[in-house]
Amino acid sequence: MATATYARSIAGVTGISASRKITNISMLAFTGLATLLCVGVLFFILGYLLWNGGRSLSLNFFTQLPKPTGETGGGMANAIVGSGKILLLATIIGVPIGFLAGVYLSEYSNKTFAFILKYVVDLLNGVPSIVIGIVAYALVVQPMKHFSTLAGGIALGIMMIPIAVRTTEEFLRSVPNNLREGAMALGATKARTIFSVVVPAAIAGLTSGMMLNLARVAGETAPLIFTAFGNQFWSKGWLQPTAALPVMIYQYAISPYDDQHQQAWAAGFVLLALVLTINVTARLIISRGASSARR
Amino acid sequence: MATPQQQQLTGEALANPPVPMAHQTSMAVSSKLQANHVNFYYGAFQALKDITMGIRTNKVTAFIGPSGCGKSTFLRTFNRMNETIRNTHVEGELLLDGENLLEMDVTGVRRRVGMVFQKSNPFPKTIFDNVAYGLRVNGMTKRSYVQEMVEKSLQRAALWTEVKDKLNKPASALSGGQQQRLCIARALAIEPEVLLLDEPCSALDPIATLKIEELLFQIKDITTIVIVTHNMQQAARVADQTGFFFMGSLIEFDDTKVIFQNPTKKETEDYVTGRFG
Ligand SMILES: Nc1ncnc2c1ncn2[C@@H]1O[C@H](COP(=O)(O)OP(=O)(O)OP(=O)(O)O)[C@@H](O)[C@H]1O
Ligand SMILES: [Mg+2]
Repeated sequence: MATATYARSIAGVTGISASRKITNISMLAFTGLATLLCVGVLFFILGYLLWNGGRSLSLNFFTQLPKPTGETGGGMANAIVGSGKILLLATIIGVPIGFLAGVYLSEYSNKTFAFILKYVVDLLNGVPSIVIGIVAYALVVQPMKHFSTLAGGIALGIMMIPIAVRTTEEFLRSVPNNLREGAMALGATKARTIFSVVVPAAIAGLTSGMMLNLARVAGETAPLIFTAFGNQFWSKGWLQPTAALPVMIYQYAISPYDDQHQQAWAAGFVLLALVLTINVTARLIISRGASSARR
Repeated sequence: MATPQQQQLTGEALANPPVPMAHQTSMAVSSKLQANHVNFYYGAFQALKDITMGIRTNKVTAFIGPSGCGKSTFLRTFNRMNETIRNTHVEGELLLDGENLLEMDVTGVRRRVGMVFQKSNPFPKTIFDNVAYGLRVNGMTKRSYVQEMVEKSLQRAALWTEVKDKLNKPASALSGGQQQRLCIARALAIEPEVLLLDEPCSALDPIATLKIEELLFQIKDITTIVIVTHNMQQAARVADQTGFFFMGSLIEFDDTKVIFQNPTKKETEDYVTGRFG
């Protein structure tokens, strides 16, 4: 109390107080403005997409195939289903590999090896997506002599691995060690402890982390161009080329037809809505998990 | 030149080296657990120094001593929990019912020697599944048996009446004292022969503490109990025998009465009378 009054009187005498107030207020203004801008950008993008593509966003967009170039109308049903199939494959490939490697990293490996492994995983995370696309092209498309849903799924699956590893590692590491000890003290083996106690304790974080991971690759375009390729019709199967939303956006956006531009905007809106839905769901799971842990 | 008779004498003396007195007496009474010349190392740091101690069947043994003196470390050698910490090693002999427990299957040792930790650590599961966990990991999955054992253990841990209507609620919904009793029930469910407790009451209020002390008396007839405590009164109340540890060594080990009223060593006396530096 006494010190505070003393400090204030000193400040008053020397005039520090006024300049401090100005710094304080301008800091608040700048940081507030930046925050507003961040939030604003998202709403601007959403609004802009809706403004430009809204007219194409009818039921047809979700149920019909694209019309041949030059004709108006039609939809992107094949691209929506194609994207769904590619993302499903990517999850099936990327999540288990990343999860198991993350379990190894958090529960089994020693410090030095974990450090090296984490470094490698971070490097993999930094590989540009187009490079991953080329690799999938060389490893899957060329030997099979076809573009395919499978190749697209593998490319995106590889892109999911690094984040899946780090998510798993971080969430498992955050599980208190006394839970592991508790299980092992009852005669549980290490594997049993991990899968019956440690993973369940982290399940909310793991699930939402994987969903965010999926949302992150959902919009990837470059690796799909040489793997899934694109298709104006329904894909004939997992080993055949397929349409996908991001590729469709790219192709329609650079086309000379105004109708296709609108469809591209609409597809952009659908893709963003999908990503946002996944994101919000993931956050909800995290906060639910956190509140149940606090109980 | 030694005569043949002399040679024979020396040979015999070598084959049967004299056994130190302390060692002999501790072997004479029935020891559930026996440590002989145990050293323990965290990396290069020696946390336990040549500890020899016998823990009597169906008695309560307390470990006391200042923080960092190695009580937990010693306790954890009996269920080999220290093995889960990297870069550690143990020397000497550890016997469970006279058998070398370092050579037994580790999960088997832990099934027979249960443990309750300082901080209650219920699993993120229901109350029922927490207690059933030990049964299930040890292959006892028959439903009726699991149900029976869960109820029995919760009763023995004096928790049954409080939780019998919410067995399917998450364990995290219990109070701190209830959670600790749940952890005791969980340990009791697999009917361990020994129960190791590492400061089980340090986070609890006096009433919850009393409940746990009472339940120790209840289970004593079927379980050998070893308890680490910082609370002298608690050691005096519950323990038949008490060991005083200091800087990794066992300074004195005797009947609780002797330790608290008539200790032989000056360090022990200073510690139990609270005159410790
Ligand atoms: N995991 C570990 N790695 C390295 N050193 C450790 C580890 N655990 C304990 N030690 C050291 O070993 C010594 C004994 O520790 P221990 O936990 O057995 O003491 P304690 O008597 O149980 O203390 P407290 O009463 O505070 O619980 C201490 O010096 C401690 O620093
Ligand atoms: Mg301790």
